[in-house]
Amino acid sequence: MTSLSEEVLLVVKKVRQKKQDGTLYLMAERIAWGPEGKDRFTVSHLYADIRCQKISPDGKAKVQLQLVLHTGESTTFHFANESTALKDREAAKELLQQLLPKFKKKANKELEEKNRMLQEDPVLFQLYKDLVVSQVISAEEFWANRLGGINNTDPSPYNNKQEVGISGAFLADIRPQTDGCNGLRYNLTADIIESIFRTYPAVKQKYSENVPHNLTEKEFWTRFFQSHYFHRDRINTGTQDIFSECAKQDEKGLKSLVTQGVKNPLVDLQSLEDKTLDEGYGICTTQPSTSNANKSVKDSSNSAIIKRFNHHSAMVLAAGSRRGFSVSFIIFLKISSSETSSTDGNSRDSDFFQPPVKKVKLQEAIEFEDLQRENRPKTVPLNLKKSDRYAHGPVPLQSQQYTTSQDIINSVNYIRHEMANYKPSLTQVLSSTAATSAIAALSPGGVLMQGGAQQAINQMVPTEVQGELKHLYVAAGELLRHFWSCFPVNTPFLEEKVIKMKSNLERFQMTKLHPFKEKIQRQYLSTNLTGHLEEMLQTAYSKFQIWQTRRMMRKT
Amino acid sequence: MKLNIEGLLVYFPYDYIYPEQYSYMLELKRTLDAKGHGVLEMPSGTGKTISLLSLIVAYQRAFPLEVTKLIYCSRTVPEIEKVVEELRKLMEFYTKETGESNNFLALALSSRKNLCIHPEVSSLRFGKEVDGKCHSLTASYIRAQHHSNPNLPVCRFYEEFDSVGRQVPLPAGIYNLDDLKAFGRRKGWCPYYLARYSILHANIVVYSYHYLLDPKIADLVSKELAKKSVVVFDEAHNIDNVCIDSMSVNITRRTLDRCQNNVDTLQNTIHKIKETDAAKLREEYRRLVEGLKEANVARETDIYLANPVLPDEILQEAVPGSIRTAEHFVGFMRRFLEYLKSRLRVQHVVQESAPQFLKDIFDKVCIDRKPLRFCAERLQSLLRTLEIADIADFSAVTLISNFATLVSTYSQGFTIIIEPFEDRTPTIANPVLHFSCMDPSIAIKPVFQRFQSVVITSGTLSPLDIYPRILDFRPVTMASFTMTLARTCLCPLIVGRGNDQVALSSKFETREDFAVIRNYGNLLLEMSAIVPDGIVAFFTSYVYMENIVASWYEQGILENIQRNKLIFIETQDAAETSMALEKYQEACENGRGAILLSVARGKVSEGIDFVHHYGRAVLMFGVPYVYTQSRILKARLEYLRDQFQIRENDFLTFDAMRHAAQCVGRAIRGKTDYGLMIFADKRYARADKRGKLPRWIQEHINDGSLNLTVDEAVQLSKHFLRQMAQPFRQEDQLGLSLLTLEQLESEEMLQKITQIAHQT
Repeated sequence: MTSLSEEVLLVVKKVRQKKQDGTLYLMAERIAWGPEGKDRFTVSHLYADIRCQKISPDGKAKVQLQLVLHTGESTTFHFANESTALKDREAAKELLQQLLPKFKKKANKELEEKNRMLQEDPVLFQLYKDLVVSQVISAEEFWANRLGGINNTDPSPYNNKQEVGISGAFLADIRPQTDGCNGLRYNLTADIIESIFRTYPAVKQKYSENVPHNLTEKEFWTRFFQSHYFHRDRINTGTQDIFSECAKQDEKGLKSLVTQGVKNPLVDLQSLEDKTLDEGYGICTTQPSTSNANKSVKDSSNSAIIKRFNHHSAMVLAAGSRRGFSVSFIIFLKISSSETSSTDGNSRDSDFFQPPVKKVKLQEAIEFEDLQRENRPKTVPLNLKKSDRYAHGPVPLQSQQYTTSQDIINSVNYIRHEMANYKPSLTQVLSSTAATSAIAALSPGGVLMQGGAQQAINQMVPTEVQGELKHLYVAAGELLRHFWSCFPVNTPFLEEKVIKMKSNLERFQMTKLHPFKEKIQRQYLSTNLTGHLEEMLQTAYSKFQIWQTRRMMRKT
Repeated sequence: MKLNIEGLLVYFPYDYIYPEQYSYMLELKRTLDAKGHGVLEMPSGTGKTISLLSLIVAYQRAFPLEVTKLIYCSRTVPEIEKVVEELRKLMEFYTKETGESNNFLALALSSRKNLCIHPEVSSLRFGKEVDGKCHSLTASYIRAQHHSNPNLPVCRFYEEFDSVGRQVPLPAGIYNLDDLKAFGRRKGWCPYYLARYSILHANIVVYSYHYLLDPKIADLVSKELAKKSVVVFDEAHNIDNVCIDSMSVNITRRTLDRCQNNVDTLQNTIHKIKETDAAKLREEYRRLVEGLKEANVARETDIYLANPVLPDEILQEAVPGSIRTAEHFVGFMRRFLEYLKSRLRVQHVVQESAPQFLKDIFDKVCIDRKPLRFCAERLQSLLRTLEIADIADFSAVTLISNFATLVSTYSQGFTIIIEPFEDRTPTIANPVLHFSCMDPSIAIKPVFQRFQSVVITSGTLSPLDIYPRILDFRPVTMASFTMTLARTCLCPLIVGRGNDQVALSSKFETREDFAVIRNYGNLLLEMSAIVPDGIVAFFTSYVYMENIVASWYEQGILENIQRNKLIFIETQDAAETSMALEKYQEACENGRGAILLSVARGKVSEGIDFVHHYGRAVLMFGVPYVYTQSRILKARLEYLRDQFQIRENDFLTFDAMRHAAQCVGRAIRGKTDYGLMIFADKRYARADKRGKLPRWIQEHINDGSLNLTVDEAVQLSKHFLRQMAQPFRQEDQLGLSLLTLEQLESEEMLQKITQIAHQT
């Protein structure tokens, strides 16, 4: 691989890796490090392979940056330029911070997809090697109609990836560590930030409002961790806290969730009681105090914690189950705040929609499945001695139609019947001479088998040449496919493409086909091996010629 | 299948039957035969309801003159609806088997809030608002005014029902709440009044306890139900508290202020009416002179259910002269109110009996006992006469008058406690007068007296003998049934120590102990790692839970738990808790798993089932004793000791254990279900606590699991869960805990079944 075509975004000199001085390059798609005085990279990681970066604490003597890969390996760079080490590291970190999330998404979707396709399909891989690696066509061109085609024809297994939920404890994973002097250090990864954003849309909103115009990223998160919002047990002290609004918004969200009510009537505690006692009746040992004044500070912070846990769990659950939830949720908020009259409309709606859910739930609740005789036809439970054999056994590739056992029995019976009643009608068979002549005509060397030069090819040509020829055919086929797919040429884009394809074809002929041809000639093998290929190319060229002359004529 | 229960043909709508169901039906039949009362305990999830319904319906069909009606009382609205659905299933089975549709009428009755179909009224959120609004549209004088002034709004559903609905009885069938609403919509009749009217001739009525036990409601709704009815109280483990609640009154300063306003309004209205329509008042006076004779006649001829607020004696007398005219009565109320205000001005706690209170009131303001007794009745009459539209506004004065009647009627079984402030906040004056009932038998007595068979049943009634004592009745049958199991699907463990050997207990002395709190946290954390899907944890009280949660949060235990499962916590707000519950179920459903932290005696512990994966383990942190420092409880304990010879500690333990059993029993809702029951308190190991658990739980606690450490409990749980995760099929149960008809009829099995019922 060459690095020439890559755009170099940042070069940091005097970076040590494994006690060796060298230079760190941050390029468009990868990060690389080469030792001093040599022009090759000993370390090179695609951004897509990097899971996260870690940096050494500010107070430490060594200024380091660590990259952790998805495979679990890690590489540590030590910024050794005394005067600017910290600045260098920050620059690299900032840049990586911007780049990594981009590639994370891309990696998740495209690169992995391509990788997977190449791994699964050796023919495609060979083609890729032939065409892209040897620079006959560029990678984009190669993938341009591959990916699209596959996604369109069979989108289900590739596109509908299972959504990954959020760990309930993602906030707990941000372990604060003391850094010796009176400070705390929080480690944030892109994953955690993503989790925070997905769980708390309010924070995301704040982030997009304030970063980077008002605050730097670091300041934002510092404030976040200092805020009453993060530490719910702390009592709200300052109003300058930018997150106090978030808390309010969350509160509102929780309230609207509550007013939405529950769909399952069996868990609706409000309508559980049929008839509550009137006020003043009954034994209530502790009167609910009318004012919050006598509630101690501790009590209210405790109940805030409880509320927070409920809200947190609900949001985590919602973020995991539906992506669009937060959006619709905000929309709901807007609706409910803008028109209050809609609420009673809602309640009536819910009244109409309730019975089916309720009926089902009630039926479920009174069901005794073991008291009933099973209604399903009796089945024999599958008793597997070796379950892996069952799982990996031969699978019919396209057996879409299954025959029922009754069908099979019927046909067996039918065949048996036929066999029993079989009477050869000897009067209508061929004469023996005609039969032998037909067999002779079909044997190798016979009349009907002549002209089949192909049959000889596997004897004539050594296997490696055969393989090479196969690859050439596949590659040529691919290029020709691209070429022919341009016709009819009715857009400027196609025009451009067809010209490019023509040159691609020519290049292919020059770089691949001719050397192969010469090689064969050197080995004194039959020369017409590549004849068909050349013929195909020639057809393409002549088509191109016709098209071009016609275009010229139209232009003049 | 068709069963033969001692000569009675019982249709049972399933192909198989649990042995204990058969046994339960036997006992129930004996109770009905003897025309007596019964106490039956059978574990939840063994088909108690369907057994009850099958037998009683069969009995009603066989002896239509002996048992005319089944009154099935349950606790919550979903429970009521479940019962009706089971009944529907049974009736469908009857139709299928006999080929004829029977003319059974069964219906559910609930409050207006659940039955109203009036578009405006039904959109109101609270039951009280619905009741008030309904009353303002359907009261008789409103409707009378509507005749002269058609612009006055009335409820068209009620009007329609009133003019047509009473003539044609509700066609036979099974009516759940939604069915009644649908029927009402179709006909344009008010479903609530239709249901109330129809319960008089229905064969089966399903409604909540309050309609029989709360005298204020029972008087309206259930007064005329036939004597030859069978009354069933399902989920009756808390029935004594329902009884007590319905008879107790609390009066605060706010109540008195509102009452003052009420009295002023009454006064003004009387003035106004006097100028315009004095005849009305004269008419009322005449009626009062004649007395409450009508009611008396009715009660004597056994048409009415007695109302404990309206004692027999006063029916024979006319309303005393001192409160007969409207003005006098209002003046009387005013005096009574001033007296109560003066009593609330105390600086120290006062506790006295009803006679003491009456003597004091006579000494101070010369109010006699007799007029006090007529207060409630007199007020009702006045409110009717004055044509007060919004009854809800007058709840305060109604409360005071009910109190007056109760305090002057019952010299025993009640206590009056006046507390000038709450115990926790001695500096803030918040005087409350508690008039508290200590004897649950007062409220339920009319029920036992009137109806021929009353069956009290629940999953947790142990120890059985205490209920007849505190409810003061003589049962003919008392039985506790266990759950026959093909595999031990419940695993009760008593965790008494932490891994560091610290004794685990929620008792008062160690309540704030960090070591205990930490160990409780560890227990939950360890369990969250090994138990699949849902875990429910109960605390002894809300305050205790708040403190523990806060300290778990500080110690980082909750964060660690969050790595395994999501956490949801019950709050004091019902709507918020409902949401948390639904999210909890969602999390269990999608495989993430969740923990619900909840409170014993709370709404969740009483009304929500955690079937299958919604509750694979229940943890009970501590013994859920009631708050023992309350004066009301102390008074009640004293009363129980004096009257029923029940020792204080026995009752407290009994009360704590029935709640603990309720909590842990939430997880097992059938024989195919399974769950861990972890009692995290060393006191559970003691015989006096353990012995009060229901037999079906007790018999699975072996001596080896009495005082486990957290680690040992985790090991046992792992083993148990692994075993339970194996496939469990119907065939495994057949013959052991599930019977076909043939198996049931075999001699050997009948022998076995007789042992299932544990007689006491």
